[in-house]
Amino acid sequence: MALTGLILFNIANSIAVLVLLSLGLGVIYGMMRVINLAHGEFLMLGAYTTVVSANAGLNLWVAMLVAAPLAVGLFGLAVERLFIRFLYGRIIDTMLATWGLSLAVVGLITTIFGTTVRGVSAPFGGFAIGGYQTSVYSWFVIAVAAAMAAGVWLVLRFTKFGLIVRATMQNPDMAAALGVSPQWIYMMTFALGSALAGLAGGVLAPVSGVSPVMGGAFIARAFITVLGGGPAIVTGTGLASGLFGSISEVATFFTTPVFGQVALLLAALVMIRILPQGITGSGLTGRLLRRSL
Amino acid sequence: MTGWASFAAMVAAGLVVLLGLPLVFDLFGLLQMTVFAAMAVLALSQGFIWGYGGIMSFGQTAFFGLGGYTYAVAVMNMGDSTVPVLLSVLLPTLFAALLGYFMFYGRISDAYIGVITLTVTVILFNVVNSTAGDFYTIGNAPLGGFNGMPSVPPLNVPGDPSSPLDPQQTWYAAMGALLLVYILLRAVLASRFGRVVVAIRENETRAQLLGYDTRLYKLIVFAIGGGIAGLAGCLYANWGSFISPTVFGLATSAQVLIYVLVGGLGTLLGPILGAVGIQYLISVIGAQEMVNANLVLGAVLVVFVLLVPQGLVPVVQGLFRRVPGVRRGQVAEAAPVEVEL
Repeated sequence: MALTGLILFNIANSIAVLVLLSLGLGVIYGMMRVINLAHGEFLMLGAYTTVVSANAGLNLWVAMLVAAPLAVGLFGLAVERLFIRFLYGRIIDTMLATWGLSLAVVGLITTIFGTTVRGVSAPFGGFAIGGYQTSVYSWFVIAVAAAMAAGVWLVLRFTKFGLIVRATMQNPDMAAALGVSPQWIYMMTFALGSALAGLAGGVLAPVSGVSPVMGGAFIARAFITVLGGGPAIVTGTGLASGLFGSISEVATFFTTPVFGQVALLLAALVMIRILPQGITGSGLTGRLLRRSL
Repeated sequence: MTGWASFAAMVAAGLVVLLGLPLVFDLFGLLQMTVFAAMAVLALSQGFIWGYGGIMSFGQTAFFGLGGYTYAVAVMNMGDSTVPVLLSVLLPTLFAALLGYFMFYGRISDAYIGVITLTVTVILFNVVNSTAGDFYTIGNAPLGGFNGMPSVPPLNVPGDPSSPLDPQQTWYAAMGALLLVYILLRAVLASRFGRVVVAIRENETRAQLLGYDTRLYKLIVFAIGGGIAGLAGCLYANWGSFISPTVFGLATSAQVLIYVLVGGLGTLLGPILGAVGIQYLISVIGAQEMVNANLVLGAVLVVFVLLVPQGLVPVVQGLFRRVPGVRRGQVAEAAPVEVEL
């Protein structure tokens, strides 16, 4: 019984981590068709912002929930203005340029902070499920992931900004004719996605080793979740996270964490072969969820 | 220059490099040129499938690493290096064919192919990285996990394990392999098959309407690319007598793309020069402590994508043969339709 509880808790946690990793990427890809290969480095920058400002004396919660998204959001804004805006519509070139950006950011952070792994200790301590010890902080991770997904959905679905963003992505010319500046919307969407990545990096900083190359460990999982999800940003990312998170956690339970991740990636490859447009874009699920967000 | 003249000139230049370099360089320089040649073979594989096949593989290192590990494991078990070399080409070819079947027959879009190949490389990295310990031993060959496999036996004279190649002979082997791969690819591109491949890159729908099974053509191109990358991996493992999971790493994958992009998409000379130039740059950066290599490589990649997307070789060619009044187009026409260099 306790074991079942533990496994369910771990599955929930693993799903939450996937949602955190991929939602920022999902917003940028789903809205703008830009595949940001530097996404892992955006997460890494969020984690570094948290660790550095917490070590400098800032309250950990402020560092994690305010400083990290703010810093990475601004960084994303600068990146959009400097590179991305020249490459809209050229998906492969965008991938190459953002890959270059990712290398450069890794190089820069290595130059500044060195290759040592840093960290902040996770707050709250542990609790027991039956005879098994686990961390209270995981509840917090789950809560933040749920809040982030709900927040993005609410903003896109119910606010004026969300409406304008969706309209611009559907038809930029028409939106421009109605007095919206597509350039401005692209900029804000990219910054929003970056800020989400920063927040995710901040929240995951206490539970992962913070080093310049940490982004590489996240990037494949984040991509595969977003592509597996398909065109609906929140629903797709949520469903794909649920599926892949469960698979990886069950595989981890029977083998090792490494093979858990391998199982996740293999499952994703098979799924993309069956549903090339992702869960919300093709097949029966695609028809059912066609109008979801 | 006509096709034959440029081909003859390139082969002659290659032979001069092959025979001349040992006279000019000391042992250290020659060792360095050997690894440059291995990386140039890898660059040719990427340049072929990307520049001519139009296949955007972000994970050519998957086949590179697989080739290297195949060679290492096989040669440790067999002693004689002849069969391991063949295996290090064969296994990645088959693996690429399998992966290609999955991708091309699934009609997956370009961007997804990029992500899938990237994922495959990450999977291999994770798996091989976690194979430390006695449990993961194939025959006599411990895989060693993140520590890699040290003391991989060098190439030997075919059929005679007791006479391993010395560094100068290893150079001949590596550079000879590069030259052979170049000649092979020129031959493939000059053939009817090669013409169809380029036609598919130019307009896949039109090629399909003309009755070509584009999936099969892409599959074969991808498999050839995989085999060449495997050969490069074999040369690389043999050069350092060492192989570790970093061959599968994202940094290596990015480097290969940079070789091709800097050198020139849609040429064979470009990737070779790009590989040598970038590897030289990395070794120069490695010798000092001011700037980080990743920082420079990343900046180079961004600058080339934004400002020189067609790469250096086509730009230089364009300077020499610009017809007055006709300017070469930007990205879409960057790769010459006719088979050059």
